This record gives sequence, structure tokens and C-alpha cells, in this order.
Amino acid sequence: MALQDKDRIFTNLYGTQHWGLEAARKRGNWDRTAELIAKGRDWIIEEVKQSGLRGRGGAGFPTGLKWSFMPKSNPDGLPSYLVVNCDESEPGTCKDRDIIRHDPSTLIEGCLYAAVAMNASAGYIYCRGEYFNEQNILQAAIDECYAAGLLGKNAAGSGYDFDLYVHRGAGAYICGEETALIESLEGKKGMPRLKPPFPAAVGLYGRPTTVNNVETIAVVPEILRRGASWFAGFGRPKNSGTKIFCIQGHVNKPCNVEEEMSIPLRELIERHAGGVRGGWDNLLCVIPGGSSTPLLPKHICDDVLMDFDALREHKSGLGTAGVIVMDKSTDLIRAIARLSKFYKHESCGQCTPCREGMGWVSRMMDRMVEGRAEIDEIDVLENVTRRIEGHTICALADGGVWPVQGLIRHYRPMMEERIAAYKRDHAARVFPMAAE
Amino acid sequence: MTDGAKDHLDSNPDNPQVEVTSFEFDAESEAQIAKILARYPEAKKASAVIPVLYVAQKQMGRQTGSAWVPRIAMDRVGERLGMAPIRVYEVATFYFMFNTKPIGRFHLQVCGTTPCMLRGSDDVLSACKAAGGLKGYGDTSADGLFTLTEVECLGACVNAPILQVDDDYYEDLDYDRTVQLIESLKRGERPQPGSTIGRETSAPEGGRLTLLDVPGGN
Repeated sequence: MALQDKDRIFTNLYGTQHWGLEAARKRGNWDRTAELIAKGRDWIIEEVKQSGLRGRGGAGFPTGLKWSFMPKSNPDGLPSYLVVNCDESEPGTCKDRDIIRHDPSTLIEGCLYAAVAMNASAGYIYCRGEYFNEQNILQAAIDECYAAGLLGKNAAGSGYDFDLYVHRGAGAYICGEETALIESLEGKKGMPRLKPPFPAAVGLYGRPTTVNNVETIAVVPEILRRGASWFAGFGRPKNSGTKIFCIQGHVNKPCNVEEEMSIPLRELIERHAGGVRGGWDNLLCVIPGGSSTPLLPKHICDDVLMDFDALREHKSGLGTAGVIVMDKSTDLIRAIARLSKFYKHESCGQCTPCREGMGWVSRMMDRMVEGRAEIDEIDVLENVTRRIEGHTICALADGGVWPVQGLIRHYRPMMEERIAAYKRDHAARVFPMAAE
Repeated sequence: MTDGAKDHLDSNPDNPQVEVTSFEFDAESEAQIAKILARYPEAKKASAVIPVLYVAQKQMGRQTGSAWVPRIAMDRVGERLGMAPIRVYEVATFYFMFNTKPIGRFHLQVCGTTPCMLRGSDDVLSACKAAGGLKGYGDTSADGLFTLTEVECLGACVNAPILQVDDDYYEDLDYDRTVQLIESLKRGERPQPGSTIGRETSAPEGGRLTLLDVPGGN
């Protein structure tokens, strides 16, 4: 049973209607806002907890719980901050772009509830620099909300004062990591901070801060309006709600679509994206949740459900729900090598295992694409990825080696075959082990 | 440029630094900077460094036809925000969208990351090279019109492959449509950004399958 339009939160996902406030109000945004805020901070956090909402930016941390880490009051009279992560740069992910350019009111209204819940007096939406035109729309939508009294002093007549700003980045994937994002917002290079202290204690400008993904915040208004049990009614327990999926690659009709969590992958692709190019049997594999999540070969795709826990069971993850489909014509080793190049390019250079390791992995993968390697080097490559993983401040390097690990786990014979073919064509020379 | 910074000028003859000796914000930039500064606490003006650097880059584009940030502009940004010059240089060189060397009139930015690669970004690249008169990534055409750069995922993957021209995304491209786009730019036209096959943004080609019954009508 597919999700029905009446249960979709992002009713203007494709920008069919205008993004402005008047049209947004007709779609139901900003309805009963003051009344909901009057129910109080604890009620908002409890509803979000009960809804089962987990962060939509990739990690899947329970949102209500995250909010509850923020101090209830600031006796020093200084502010707490809400920061919204719109640095959407994970390859395969393009959902937040649609929210800010087509349905910005869902996000802006969500920011107000989140701010009340975490006692934040100001919010910053950190938007990737490449979304230049999209940011202009978001800024115009915020200006409209100020003019209508929905932001600023006594926001939406709630008695709560809240300011919301857009901040622009300038092309750095790493700034999607929450502490790198905070550094960048403070005007520095986007290099992640050691944790602890966590942002909820020491964040933006040293103040308590919570960083949430755009989609996470934007679904909150409908959760509060329709009730936690409505949202929790979709998907399997602990994986509840609706979710925007970005279906792309070798499908007949790539698209974004909001669907129910836990929808079978095959149904998602066939119902919404016109199926795999050349039919389901032409499928090679799928990267289910943005580039960092290890690929799933077809036999897993046949019946896997699209949620946090089901994908974790297969050593992958829901991530950002960017579904990258590859058919049998794909040079899979090259596809993964290109991801290695991405992570090499985007490493901030702070931690040695990542700065040096991403480059090394990328160069090794380039050789694997040609087959210009020894079979034993596949083991060396796998071994080195294990030494990179978990040995850096942030998770960029983890996300950088997981795709390679997934490739070796599921497609080692393909890599061996390519090495054998190279040797056939190039008079069996022996390569120095793991040399670049 | 500060005296100390001169010691670090790149002496590589293949990478000549174009000497720009003066830079002042124009009225349009000043208006934008005033709006930007209002977003941050007075004592935290450094937060504005990325947006203000981008304002400087856009101004260079308006004034010289080449959207880049010369060192003197970085110094002006530092003075305005109360930052040491090195802190501004660090930011300008860390973030990929700042051009620290002059570029062509149009910045052709090909997304080459896997989602675009799967949909044919190799063709977009070869079309850029052929139609733009470009040898490869990093090259600027002899007529000074185009600079070609490979960028990482632009975040519009369901409309892959993408070519970003300056700030605009052109989506759902193939070889021929990329050539047409570049030919239009040469004629001084600026086609409407977005899908080049007439798709409704990120909806499936051929028309929406969902959101057919929503409040406010269609």
C-alpha cells in the first residue's frame, strides 16, 4: 500500500505551486502555530519522541532525544542556537534542495518549533554555496515570514522571540559534518572539532547548539499538527514516518518522491522511477542511501526494505536515502573509484589517516579499474581501509572507505577477473606490492 | 597585500599571479554586505567571511568579466570583518567555490561524481571541450569565454547529468544539448536554467505520479 497524497508532508515537492507564503498557507503550513507552541517545550519534545522521528541527514539519531540534551534555561542570559544543515553534498542526495526551493515554509515553521523545544533564540540555516538560486528563494520566504509576523519578536503570535538567518557555504562536503559546519559558520576552515564537548554543551560561538538536517526539521510541523501516532503509523517500529527518496542512476525515470519508510526497494524503484533500465533482471546493484553506504547486489535488492534497521542488517544503511541504481552495463569498479576520488577531494586534511589514506585508496582504486595490480593487493586495500576507519575525528573517512569495502565484499571476483585480464594483455609483469 | 604576504607569492612561471593592485566594494556589493552583516552578532563578524568573499568574487565578475578573488580583495574583506589577512586567505583557499586565479567569462562546472557519471557526464565533458574550445579541466578557452572545472556532487542527482554555468544548474543534459547550451552562451543568450528536457523539476519525466491531489490545487 503506497503512501497517499493526503499523508504527504511535502505537498509542493516539485514546485507545482508557488513557494510563497500565501500558497503555503493554503497547503496548510502555519496552521495553529501559536496554539501548538502554547502547549510548551516539553510537549513538543515528547511528541517528536513519540513520533519515532530519526534524523534524516544520514546518522538516524532520534530527534526528540537530541533536542532534550539542550539546557532548559541559560542563567547567563546568553543565547542557545538552532543550526539547520542544508549543506547537502552527499553524492546521490538532492532532497533538501527541493524543500528549500519549493516548500520553504515547512522548514521555516519547523525551525520555530525546534527553537521553542530547545530554547534557542536564533537559528542559522547553513546552505551549500552551489544552491545559489535556491538560497535566494529561501531568503525571500524568510523575509515574507518576517513581514507577516511569523518570525522575529512574538513569532506567529506565540509570545516567543525567534530570529532565523540563511548562511551560505562555498563548496565543501566536510561542512555537512556538524562541528565542521559550526567552524565554517564561525568564519573558519571547515575542520571538524573533537567531541566531547558536544555541540549541545559547546557549539556555535561556544553556546549550546543543536544541528539538524533540513528534512528532519521540516517534517516537525505536520507531526505536531496531526499527532505523533499519525507519523509513527508509517514504516516499521523504530523506523517510522515518511521520507523523501532520491531515485537515480540507471532507472527509466529518475525522480524525488516522498514515500513511507520501510517500503521495499524494488517497489520504490518500479512504482516511482519507471523501473530499472532494461528491466529488473538487468539490475547489477544499488547504493541505497547516498555514496557512503555500501552497495547491495541484486539478490539483496530483490526483497530488502528501505529503512534504517533493514539496511543495517545487510551492512549498509539508509543514510540520506539517495538511491543510486546501477544496471549491468556499469563499470562498477570505476563507479566506486569515482567515489574514492570524491572523498579524496573532500577530505579536510586535518587527520593523517584520512588526508593520506583517501588519496592512497583513490590511487589504488584507479589501478583496480585498469586491473593493473596483483590479486593480493585487494587484501592490502581491504586491510588499509580497516586501519583508516574509526581512526579519524569525523566520519568522512569511514564513509570514504565503506563503498570500497562493499565492493570487495560483494564483487571481489570481478576485481580479480579484471586483474587477470590485464595480465593477459600485458605479458604478466609483477607489480610492486601496494605501490602507487 | 600585506608586506609579509609578498614572501609567499607563487614563483612558479606556469602559474603567474595576475597583479591586481586595487579593489573597493561598489554600491551593489555594499548593499549586500550590509544585509549579510546584520545576520551575525557584532562581535562575531568573522562569520560573514564566506558570504562577503563571494560578494567580492561576484563583483569582480561584474567589473572585469572574470569572477575571481584577487589577494587585494581578500585583504579588503579582512579589514571589513576585523580579521587577520591570513585567516581570510585560509578560508579563500579552503573552499572550492573561490577562484584564486582569473577565470573565463563563463565558468563551466561539470559534475563528474558517480551519480552524474552513470547518466553520462563523460559526454557533457566532451561536449564542453568540443564546443567551448577547451583542452580539459582547468583550461580557459583562447577567446577567454570559458573556463572548465570538474566539480564534485552538485546535489541535483535525480536530474543528472548537470552542468553548472556560474550559479545556474542545467540539468538532464546529453552531448547535443550541452553543445546547444554552449553555443547559446557564445551568442550572448542565457537559456533558462533547470531541466533541458522540459521536466517539471525533480518529478519523473512524463509527469508527476504523486501529488496529484493536494490542497491548493494543481
